Amino acid sequence: MSVIGSTRLSLGEEQAMLLDVARDFCRRQSPMSAVRAQLDSPLGFDQAVWRQMVDLGWTGIALPEAVGGSALGVASVVPVAESLGRAMLGTPLLATTLAAQLLQRAAPGTQDDVLAEIAAGAVATVALLESEDWGGTRYRVSLDDDNRLRGEKILVWDAQAAELLVVVARDGAGGTVLALVRRAALADAALAPHSLIDETRRAARIDFTDVQAEAVITGPSVSSALRDYQLLGALLVAAEAGGSAASCLDTTVDYLKTRKQFGRLIGSYQALKHPAVELLTAVDATRSFVYHAANLVSDEPLSRDAEIACRMAKAQGTETLCHAGDRAIQFHGGMGFTYECDAQLYLRRAQWAQPQFGDARHHRRHLAALLLD
Amino acid sequence: MTPEPHELDSFRQDVAAWLAAHRPADPGFLLPQSFMEVSTEQQLDFLREWQHKVWSAGYLGMAWPRAYGGGGVDPAFQSIADQEMRRAGVPICFNVIGLGWAGPLINDIGTEEEKSTYLKGILSGEDIWCQGFSEPDHGSDLGAAQTRAVRNGDGYVINGSKIWTTMGNYAKYMILLARTNPDAPRKYDGLSFFLAPMQVPGIETRPIRKLTGEYGFTETFFTDARIPEVSRMGAEGDGWKIAMQTLQYERGAEAGAAGGLAFVRVSIDDMIHELRDVSRDGCPVLEDPLLRDQLVALIMEEKAMALGDRRAAIAPLTTDYPFSLPLSNKLRWTEYSRRLRQFAVGAQGAAGSLYVGDEAARQGGFWQRAYMNSFAATIGGGTSQIQANIIAEHVLGLPK
Repeated sequence: MSVIGSTRLSLGEEQAMLLDVARDFCRRQSPMSAVRAQLDSPLGFDQAVWRQMVDLGWTGIALPEAVGGSALGVASVVPVAESLGRAMLGTPLLATTLAAQLLQRAAPGTQDDVLAEIAAGAVATVALLESEDWGGTRYRVSLDDDNRLRGEKILVWDAQAAELLVVVARDGAGGTVLALVRRAALADAALAPHSLIDETRRAARIDFTDVQAEAVITGPSVSSALRDYQLLGALLVAAEAGGSAASCLDTTVDYLKTRKQFGRLIGSYQALKHPAVELLTAVDATRSFVYHAANLVSDEPLSRDAEIACRMAKAQGTETLCHAGDRAIQFHGGMGFTYECDAQLYLRRAQWAQPQFGDARHHRRHLAALLLD
Repeated sequence: MTPEPHELDSFRQDVAAWLAAHRPADPGFLLPQSFMEVSTEQQLDFLREWQHKVWSAGYLGMAWPRAYGGGGVDPAFQSIADQEMRRAGVPICFNVIGLGWAGPLINDIGTEEEKSTYLKGILSGEDIWCQGFSEPDHGSDLGAAQTRAVRNGDGYVINGSKIWTTMGNYAKYMILLARTNPDAPRKYDGLSFFLAPMQVPGIETRPIRKLTGEYGFTETFFTDARIPEVSRMGAEGDGWKIAMQTLQYERGAEAGAAGGLAFVRVSIDDMIHELRDVSRDGCPVLEDPLLRDQLVALIMEEKAMALGDRRAAIAPLTTDYPFSLPLSNKLRWTEYSRRLRQFAVGAQGAAGSLYVGDEAARQGGFWQRAYMNSFAATIGGGTSQIQANIIAEHVLGLPK
């Protein structure tokens, strides 16, 4: 067996169609002026645009037909996530899709009402993180015998817009459980929005103390669902980051083609050309990993090959975006140092995307164990 | 017609069985790691015999037309034969300039006469081919080639010199880029392309000793060397266009190669295997977290390229820069190979400082030699830096 492993990569007809539609939709709905218009809005997205995305069926892409989804599998969300990233369109689609994945995988067939709400456009999110450590698995937020929660979660994606929250908690016996909470069950004061480096994003700190869970999911499926949720999260963030890195590169290349210094277009200097080619190679690698991983994930528990693919996609994707954003600032020169220049949007997005679901070092460490031991 | 999967599977078994039965025994002397380091007659005879054997068995030139010594079957069969040769770790098919560059070129744009004259000898290994593009003063800048070809009666008289001629001292033919019109307004328009005989008066070759201590290239001098008019390919002035097409085969951007291995297998799996019993700081080196991280990055790099090869064939996934993957193929693979080998030497601890000839050297100094030889690919056929310029200009559209 070679360490290179599976090299499966194909694109299904539905995926190709979704890619086409999503790319076009995002380009039309999210020019940079629209992205900037949302930077200081409370929810971070335009609800009319979100409504259209729901009407296009995007919240149900990976949900079963019985709940109003189109049962195309989470792989088909990948081209949409990439397109969102390309247009820097901040919406709760990733948070919602991932929350639905977690519910569906942890309790198949038992949360159909909730999944139907999600397919119909209810924003959902997962409250997982309690510290800076994406690799941690010991949760202090607890659930008592009366299904009341205690403790605080941080960096809950799109909490400000969410109607449904899936809280990862520890029960009295020390087992990991999922508690489903409605936004209505939370006092307004319980939710404190974070100030995020990426202004196209929204996330909040939430105190769940004394909040009553509407439903609780327990059992051995929870931990395997959580593992898959984190790998799929890594994949979707990577897909989105890959899209952002591609448009970041385009932005930089456009500038190199038009900016003149010392009587020459600066893009003619090899000191700028060669790193631009390195970025192109990294953007290409990201796209290959992302669609490869999309070939290997399914509604079943993720295989070893799928795990490797998701981790590689994330390790490559966010490192590429970090590098692309960093060089975008530098190559735009003085202009790049301004708020007005779009390069900052990508650099900020990169710092957001890097740690989500584990940074590149985290994934490479896991990959080393998977590949070398 | 696309072959059926079961046909390919049974073919794969046939090749594997044939290779197992016919792989040559260790000759007892050092074999070249690639077609660019054939240093002795002994090596040449050995490799020529092997290539002939592979071709006679029907596993070389499988997709070339039958009329010219090929197999006339789908290229998928040759890919499988190549994969099996790589897996089996058999010697290279050394006549690479012919098999990989001149042959496909002749197949694609050659005249009937050119095809029947040259193709079969390329496959059988009887006619060794070399390439006369680079000149001492013009390495990567091919368009500036100064070697002159002056029309004289029914032939051309060649004067000048070429360098980095792989197997120049053994070759029967050279694909030669020479200047027929020094007064053309654009330097590119003054070049013509020749399928030139090497065994004529006025051509001398001088072997070049490489950094590894081996040979494999020559410098080639032309002093009033007369070649027939019929050896010119295309029209006068077409040289640049034809040379560029040749480079497409060389860089792997264009299909058509006859197949066979051009390089001894150097795989990351073999390297990891070799490192399993290396110690560092009292522990197995593969437990060193820093080294593990670098190794995973290398694995990812190779995997990304393998996946890129797949993705390149999926149109909706290559919309950003459609030529990005094919045009960057050479740069990515050669730079990766160089760094892999460099890593392999560095990871061996003190053993990395030993060389070919020391009995304690790991695998006879294979990785050290491979690392030094890897520069042939990052420099030859347009240096990595020139490749980066090409990609920047032709893929990203950056100004010259």
